[in-house]
Amino acid sequence: MLAPPLVWLGLVYLGSLAALLVQSFYSIDEFSGLVVPEFTLKTYAELFRAQNLDIILRTLAMAVSVTLGCAVIAFPIAYYAARHARGGWKAAFYLGVMLPLWSSYLVKVYAWKLILAKEGIIGWAAGATGTTPILDAVLGLPWIGGNSLSTSFLGTWIVFVYVWLPYMILPMQAALERVPVSMLEASSDLGATRSQTFRTVILPLALPGVIAGSIFTFSLTMGDYIIPQIVGTSARFIGQTVYQLQGTAGNLPLAAAFAVVPIVIMLVYLALARRAGAFDAL
Amino acid sequence: MRSDRAPLGLAIAAGAGLLFLHLPILLIFLYAFTTDERTYAFPPPGLTTQWFGVAWNRADIWPPLYLSLRVAAISTALAMVLGTLVAGAMARTRFFGRDQISLLIILPIALPGVITGMSLRSAFAIMDIPFSTWTIVLGHATFCIVIVYNNAVARLRRLSGGIMEASADLGANAFQTFRHVLLPNLGSALLAGGMLAFALSFDEVIVTTFTAGQQSTLPIWMLNELVRPRQRPVTNVVAIVVFAVTFVPILLAYYLTRGGSDTAGGGK
Repeated sequence: MLAPPLVWLGLVYLGSLAALLVQSFYSIDEFSGLVVPEFTLKTYAELFRAQNLDIILRTLAMAVSVTLGCAVIAFPIAYYAARHARGGWKAAFYLGVMLPLWSSYLVKVYAWKLILAKEGIIGWAAGATGTTPILDAVLGLPWIGGNSLSTSFLGTWIVFVYVWLPYMILPMQAALERVPVSMLEASSDLGATRSQTFRTVILPLALPGVIAGSIFTFSLTMGDYIIPQIVGTSARFIGQTVYQLQGTAGNLPLAAAFAVVPIVIMLVYLALARRAGAFDAL
Repeated sequence: MRSDRAPLGLAIAAGAGLLFLHLPILLIFLYAFTTDERTYAFPPPGLTTQWFGVAWNRADIWPPLYLSLRVAAISTALAMVLGTLVAGAMARTRFFGRDQISLLIILPIALPGVITGMSLRSAFAIMDIPFSTWTIVLGHATFCIVIVYNNAVARLRRLSGGIMEASADLGANAFQTFRHVLLPNLGSALLAGGMLAFALSFDEVIVTTFTAGQQSTLPIWMLNELVRPRQRPVTNVVAIVVFAVTFVPILLAYYLTRGGSDTAGGGK
């Protein structure tokens, strides 16, 4: 019974991963532009050039900040759904998170392009409420600002947080639901204030859920190339680089080497998450 | 005493979070009716339904739509067979290598799509496989398996083992047990998994760009329009179509797997 699916996953998926590894040890002939099928570390050395290292570090910085943003915004939703919503409200919360999670990814990104564009809804709202100077001040900030929200790092970050948010809410909610009510009662019986209970009881017990959610937000941000292409500056991320190298540039070995970077980072991340007990919360 | 009433701040933050998740999607619907062809101006200067007609008559939309439907149908069919088989094998028995197999099933969605895409692209390059509908299907079916598996395995775990033994005791062979006992109980979970897999495949763009070559599925068509827009409102209309095609199966899947206490032998 297991044979057909294992043959499929083993051949197609693991086989391709192996092909990716093999390809990343090939190099490209500088004169002919053809792939030289001989094992070399030359391609990996190219990863450490200043411009390529920049791409990797920029992607990591984005993945970390997106994960933090998701965790902060997801917490009240997950907490409310886990501890306070009952009956019909509980179902409404569940659907309210599931529908955006499953609805079309491109449509969501496109919606944000409309919202963040210079003449879009945020610019209009700022004009209508007289807060345009605040918006301009935010856009004038170094690093995160830009011409408009749709051509800034801040814009890229907002869209990433929006698109991956449900992936953080669901495991967080599951973890919070498993925190026993008796412990919260014990905590308040012992005289803890609300915030003490939160810091010393709820947060540590919910942490595996947060880490489980962060696996998705982190991994998905690292690999995505559509969002920074549509909303953001011209500075590239790992996903975009892989796409351009295998397409227009035709440098499959370097594209493969770049793709190995998120694999290695995710393997380290998963090992750490496993130690933190996040796998039981998945 | 713990009070069950939520603090006001928490309720507001949760409500704001949910609004944040839903408002952008509603906006797409508004923009499909705008009379403004060139910009993203808000509020729209006027409303019209003409873009639905224009989109209908655009010849370049139909081939990607057909390709997307074909790929999603084939991938879903493959994933349903393969996903059900793994779920059947993994639901009850414990065996050597079980954890490794569950990792293998989850890996295609745990690792970023770029890696699945680039891996397949490398494999096609090394083996000189030309791009076709089937190269797209290879990628899609691989990540659709886990969706069907998740739905099927959740249902199988709730199903009491006793009913299969009862069926065998009454003299049914393996096929009869599958046909008359397992399938009716598994049916709605499989249907739900299949519909989610279809929605996922219909919408997938990252893996597809690496495995499609010159062909374009509907999401790739949309991506091209986003990068180099021709008629923006037409893109909005297509966005609504894509949204509808993925939204309906998701809602149906939710209703099919909700509750689940009516499963035979459940509650054990």
